[in-house]
Amino acid sequence: MSALLVLALTVPLLGLVPLLLAGPRVGERAALAVLAIGAGLCVAVGVAVALSGRALQYFVAGLAPPLGIGLRADGFSAAMMGMSALVLALTAFYAMRAPGAGAPRMPPAFFMLLLALASALNLAFLAQDLFTLYVALELLTFAAVPLVCLDGKPGQLRAAMTYLMFALFGSVLYLLGVVLVYGQFGTLDFARLSAALALAPPGWSFGAALALMSAGLMAKAALFPLHLWLPPAHAGAPPAASAVLSAVVIKAPLFLLVRLWADLAPVPMAQAAAPVLAICGAGAILVCGVVALAQVRLKLLIAYSTAAQIGYLGLMFPLAAGADAYWSALAWTGGTLHLVSHAFSKAAMFMAAGLIAEVFGHDRLAGLKGAARVAPLSIAAFGIGGLSLLGLPPSGGFTAKVMLLTSALQQGAWWIGVVVLAGGLLAGGYVLRLLVLALQRPEDGTLPAARECGWRAGIALALAFGAVALGFLPLAPLGFLSIGRPIAWEGLAP
Amino acid sequence: MSDAMLYALAGAMLAGCGTYGLLTAGGALGRILGFNILGGGVFLIFGAVARRGAGAGLAADPVPQALVITGIVVAFCATALAVALLLRLKAADGAGEEEP
Amino acid sequence: MSLVFDALAGLLVAGAALAAVTAAAPRAAVIAFMGYGVLLGLAWARLAAPDVALTEIAIGSGISGIVLLRAAAGLPAVPPAANRALAAAISVAVALGLAALVLALPEPAPSRAADAAAALPATGLGNPVTGVLLAFRALDTLLEKIVLLLALVGVWALARDPLWRGRPEPLFAGAAPAPSAFLARVLVPIGVLVGAYLLWAGADAPGGAFQSGATLAAMGLLALMAGLAPLPRADDRRLRLVLLAGPFGLLAAGFLGWATAGAFLAFPPGFEKPVIKIVEIAITASIALTLILVVLGPPAGEERP
Repeated sequence: MSALLVLALTVPLLGLVPLLLAGPRVGERAALAVLAIGAGLCVAVGVAVALSGRALQYFVAGLAPPLGIGLRADGFSAAMMGMSALVLALTAFYAMRAPGAGAPRMPPAFFMLLLALASALNLAFLAQDLFTLYVALELLTFAAVPLVCLDGKPGQLRAAMTYLMFALFGSVLYLLGVVLVYGQFGTLDFARLSAALALAPPGWSFGAALALMSAGLMAKAALFPLHLWLPPAHAGAPPAASAVLSAVVIKAPLFLLVRLWADLAPVPMAQAAAPVLAICGAGAILVCGVVALAQVRLKLLIAYSTAAQIGYLGLMFPLAAGADAYWSALAWTGGTLHLVSHAFSKAAMFMAAGLIAEVFGHDRLAGLKGAARVAPLSIAAFGIGGLSLLGLPPSGGFTAKVMLLTSALQQGAWWIGVVVLAGGLLAGGYVLRLLVLALQRPEDGTLPAARECGWRAGIALALAFGAVALGFLPLAPLGFLSIGRPIAWEGLAP
Repeated sequence: MSDAMLYALAGAMLAGCGTYGLLTAGGALGRILGFNILGGGVFLIFGAVARRGAGAGLAADPVPQALVITGIVVAFCATALAVALLLRLKAADGAGEEEP
Repeated sequence: MSLVFDALAGLLVAGAALAAVTAAAPRAAVIAFMGYGVLLGLAWARLAAPDVALTEIAIGSGISGIVLLRAAAGLPAVPPAANRALAAAISVAVALGLAALVLALPEPAPSRAADAAAALPATGLGNPVTGVLLAFRALDTLLEKIVLLLALVGVWALARDPLWRGRPEPLFAGAAPAPSAFLARVLVPIGVLVGAYLLWAGADAPGGAFQSGATLAAMGLLALMAGLAPLPRADDRRLRLVLLAGPFGLLAAGFLGWATAGAFLAFPPGFEKPVIKIVEIAITASIALTLILVVLGPPAGEERP
């Protein structure tokens, strides 16, 4: 079963060969097939973890840490892998053929970058070595930045440059933290580090290393106040690229942020850092939510909504580091569930926005009156995906936000509860803005003759229903997500 | 003070120089140089960590040294990508390409 | 005495770095940066890291330098944007903070030297750094090859032709002057020999695929600049095969190890050294070609007669 972990990393890479050697048509189909297989592998990892009730582990080259590198899938990794692989495969389908006018065909480079993303994301979710994770983050960056400027427009190029600069800033900070951790412990393996930390409480310099790594991850994830690069980059990219960038790419650094503070940092240190992360999260939800309301273009509205929604993860940290085991576990489930459900709804919304822009030839909100008549499925996908952002039942977003809210109120962190509710209201404002416009009577003669591409709208709708389906999970800590925690290697003395 | 510590402090100075470059850069090229020097300082600190770890007949711990080699190649990739973007932007601005 | 030398060397590197970040003209800044790279290589040699020193000089200073010189060409001198005094204060604070963190490192220093020395004989290699790169942490190396390939994809994605046809633009405008062509004729064969030696020696002595690949790339660029060889076509299938040989050769070896030794990226028992050698040759060829193509930039599209 652990062989699945290696395959999940390597199979997406194989798709690069036909793309570079054969023509675009063959390459595209091969990429699609490989991504579909990759999604199957990730789901299989999830099933294997669920059935055995234990984490899967693999030592690369048969060499155990600290000298070798270990891969490990616990419930949390498996959930993230399944989510990202599904979104990537569906995005590849969405991007494969653009019938009719309006949408240019995606170049072969798009599919190469998509395959590299698939491998990089799986690596980020599986690797247990801080330096291998650095390589994964770089792979992710080098795959994501060109996605922003695929059409080569000056605005896209500028957005890509800003993105690259923020990402490099994040890389340097993260790497500095890694260097300091190695200097202090002589190992970069999560389980080894946890064991060493349990033996002796670490000093301030370990806290500094964690803070440096976290700041780097925040820059890469666009967590407020380091979010400025995100809106132009995600809004300017082609819709299929925006969907993966907003839905899954920023989830890898967020996932690692959770790993560092919820799995690695000693509890007193995590409790000291949690308020800082929560304040950043609250800033994201409130500031970016208000800015989203003020947008006049649909794709920028969705991009600001991404910058806002990331904030909920920040709110999770003080709740998950709480003293009460049940309420902490509930907050942890809520935060991680939010990562997954946001991915589905955001991919659906960007895809829908792309289809609407194809029909209208622009994405200015003021000109989208009556959009529901020409793009009903896209508007439905946008609306259903939006339900989850608002936190209306039934949706994954609702379940996640209720978990965070309940945990906040039970632990007396009323201000976090207020931010969760305010964020829902703001999201309601910006999601309903498009829906109200779309359902209005169009002014005579302003409606375009073109119609949405039905089957691609179907993909967006399927993703939106994915977010809805998560809403049927019970409102309790999810056993699957806690499989394999705390991190340790089986059959290996610490 | 050991020689390794001297180079670790030199690495800290390089990081300072790189930060200064980043903060005062008037254009993308200056920022790229700043990142490279900042990164060079971080690598040098790692090299000092490796030298401090000498033992078992080796003059230094080979693991950080190997990681630095990987890191230098990755940093080069970042430089190359940033320069390619810079050149493309320069060409686009020079040709007066505008948003449609 | 040697401490004085090391202190001077450290100050010299920092001085060159400062010159690079304070130079007003972009070209001068890049040339100072290349000098800084060479001095940094010296520092690495003093830190008992000859492999890193070679990599830093070849890639960190040499090839990066060519890329940056290209970016600097025709770029106007830009006045510094921010408040210099404030920037200097922040930078000094960063340096002091890092110095404090470095001085707080524990004594004795934790190390993996003993583990690496114990595991090295099984690989048949004599150079522990090569052992870490190609055996113990081969996963990092595999992914870093993919990163390099992806950097090329990223650079090519900026081409105006989405199908990547044709050749890149010439590196520097105008024909090469005669003396440089002569220099290239003399230097290139010597450089290729040095590159081949670095690859051959890398198993047991300092050197290896990266250093060798970077040297070969520099020689290739020199030959291209002198007009000794035509610029490569990006859509040439042989070229694409060489690009893929390194990363996918290592991946194939990884699967071979899985079949014979029971673990992905392990090497077949008894044949460790020959397999590693073959993979290194493929990696070197890929690195050299990828570096050349990354420096040359995106293909300019189909030529019109």
